[in-house]
Amino acid sequence: MAMAQALPSDGVMRAADGTPLKVALARAERRERLKALGLVLPLFAFIVLSFLVPIFVMLYNAVYDPDVAENLPTTVVALQQWDGKDLPSEEVFAAFAADMKKAQESKMVALIGKRLNYEISGIRSKVIATGRKVGAIEAGPYKDAVIAIDKIWGEPETWATIKRSSSSYTPFYLLAMLDMRQGVDGSIEQVPADRAVYIDILKRTLGISLLVTFCTLILGYPVAYMLATTPQKTASILMIFVLLPFWTSLLVRTTAWMILMQDGGVFAQFMNVTGITWVMNLLGVMDGPPELFKTRFATVVAMTHIQLPFTLLPIYSVMKTISPTYMRAAKSLGGTPFYSFIRVYMPQTLPGVAAGCLLTFILCLGYYITPALVGGPTDQMVSGYIASAINTENNWGKASALGVILLIATLILYYVYNKLVGIDRMKLG
Amino acid sequence: MKKIATLLGAVLLAGTAFTASVRAADELTITSWGGAYQESQRKAFFEPFIAAGNKITEAEYNGEIAKIRAMVEAGAVSWDVVDVDTQTALAGCAEGTFETIDWAKLGLDRSKFIGGDVTDCAVPNILYSTVAAYDTSKTAAPASLFEALFDTTKFPGKRALQKSPFVNMEWALMADGVAPADVYKVLGTDEGVERALKKLDTIKKDVVWWESGAQGPQLLADGQVVFATSWNGRFYNAIKTDKKPFQIIWDYQAPDWDWWAIPKGTPKLDGAYRFITYASDPQRMADQTKWISYGPANKDSAPLIDPAILPDLPSAPDNLKTVFYPDPQFWGDKGDELRERFNAWLAQ
Repeated sequence: MAMAQALPSDGVMRAADGTPLKVALARAERRERLKALGLVLPLFAFIVLSFLVPIFVMLYNAVYDPDVAENLPTTVVALQQWDGKDLPSEEVFAAFAADMKKAQESKMVALIGKRLNYEISGIRSKVIATGRKVGAIEAGPYKDAVIAIDKIWGEPETWATIKRSSSSYTPFYLLAMLDMRQGVDGSIEQVPADRAVYIDILKRTLGISLLVTFCTLILGYPVAYMLATTPQKTASILMIFVLLPFWTSLLVRTTAWMILMQDGGVFAQFMNVTGITWVMNLLGVMDGPPELFKTRFATVVAMTHIQLPFTLLPIYSVMKTISPTYMRAAKSLGGTPFYSFIRVYMPQTLPGVAAGCLLTFILCLGYYITPALVGGPTDQMVSGYIASAINTENNWGKASALGVILLIATLILYYVYNKLVGIDRMKLG
Repeated sequence: MKKIATLLGAVLLAGTAFTASVRAADELTITSWGGAYQESQRKAFFEPFIAAGNKITEAEYNGEIAKIRAMVEAGAVSWDVVDVDTQTALAGCAEGTFETIDWAKLGLDRSKFIGGDVTDCAVPNILYSTVAAYDTSKTAAPASLFEALFDTTKFPGKRALQKSPFVNMEWALMADGVAPADVYKVLGTDEGVERALKKLDTIKKDVVWWESGAQGPQLLADGQVVFATSWNGRFYNAIKTDKKPFQIIWDYQAPDWDWWAIPKGTPKLDGAYRFITYASDPQRMADQTKWISYGPANKDSAPLIDPAILPDLPSAPDNLKTVFYPDPQFWGDKGDELRERFNAWLAQ
């Protein structure tokens, strides 16, 4: 009865100003949401511009490939009629000659040559030479005249390559980064062994990253345990030793390793003095004095040094949250210290181990400067090849395709990791 | 789309596009090869040019034409004058990466410049040479260049070579028995390229590859290598300035030019011209030899050079007993292909 009296005559609750309460509440909530959005907006815009857009552009560039289609427009149209068996018809050659004349005027010949050279090694200079000479062909028949400039135009493979490039989208770069290519008939085949390098590079990148992650875990776990269990006063002093290198620039630390790892440098001297060199020579692992500079060993050591805090700190912060009473309880129930540690303590640190290892592993995948400075040519990782594709080859398709492959590999690993460990179990502290 | 991507890359890569937008409109960006060479240019050209009331920002690169192409293609040119080698000048000229030089606007007599007619897109600057060198306090004199580079039994230890196929492939072929006159005929074929790489395979595990010109002398000074290649001026600088006991091996030295070129589309074209005219003055070019042993390309500079430096120039008769002239046209045309092949070989 009391309820019914409190309700207005139409059965709708109203706010002080007379608007229905439901509407007023929704309005207030929307205002709050907008305010919250306003706070998030700068970060959101930043992420979109600096992260999502570049990734989208990269994905797109890995398959976008307009150089041939745009600069030989009539040729690629004429080639649609070609069956791919013998040489194309006179009509195709006429279109080609006309396109090349135009390309020569607009200085696009080198671009065509550069693109075709990715598939037919050595054709760039022939395309450029053809561009120079094609102007002299005044009238047909074009077929013989073009082949007379260079016999590469008498190869069906050349035309098959041009025909394949007629679309502005190509699987070429992605296939090439998996050491595969399209054959003359469009089927996918392996590239010759002397050109197959990218699968090796990918394996190498994953291998080095795994090894470094493993090394940081083996070295970092006991240190994290010590930091977490020693009294606060000592621990904070020891923590400085972990953090100090962490605060130093990566480049500085890498350069320091260059000097330490030099042949006849500090590290090598240390091996000589302590007799490690002698033992290694005796075991046949090494021949003569240590040669560490520009080797895989130096790369892994330097990367482990740089990555150590990334693995250690999450483990440490998880360890700090583990109450010592668990261990005491385990011991009071008759567990030996070792057994208690393995069965009671370690499982509780797993979320930290998972976080630290994933962080280090994914950061390692992108390493560029450290392998470049302390590693040899066969220690360079995917990022190094992305850099050289951009800096020395001007090959954006290749750089993008390598980036895409690296991104996919990382996502697959993340997925597997999630299935095995569970991402919800990961803790950064 | 491609344009956006290239633009993005150019911004990230050169890292200068952003600063370009905040830099003074009359400030020239001049890019060269760093180290002792750029130091000599700084003293001979940049500092007097600045003292005369101009503004310069210096940049450095390692001769990567791709960086210049990326800027030109994206239409975001932030380098106004670039010091390039001959193959870059030729390749860039053929594909429209560089401005065509208007000699009348420069106010210079093209015939006065050694190699002035080699390309229409650049002004010859100096003559340098790629050579090898060793440390006399540590290594005995080799009988020839090829013994130094390829005989690892007689000279165990590492060699520092440029991370580029240029000159290395030619030397490999000659060491493998190809007559100097036939080098480019052989290197023009797939079999020839394989042959050169096969020869380089024999020392692959003994090579430390360098990318910037200062690294060769540095590796030699650190005792990391028994032989290093570099450009002759870099070794000269280590010998004269840093008092290193280095000896240059002039055997089969590979001379080449450096050039001033202007990337197409620079907003400071007039300033770029003004700088090149300034830096092509006979006296200033002769002055440059005080700091580095490169021959000025301006013939009028010859009488003005301090005679003390003449024996250290690549053109000294004693240094020219055996010489191999690289073919810049060959590299201008085929450089991209060979670099790609070489990089694949390196990765294996």
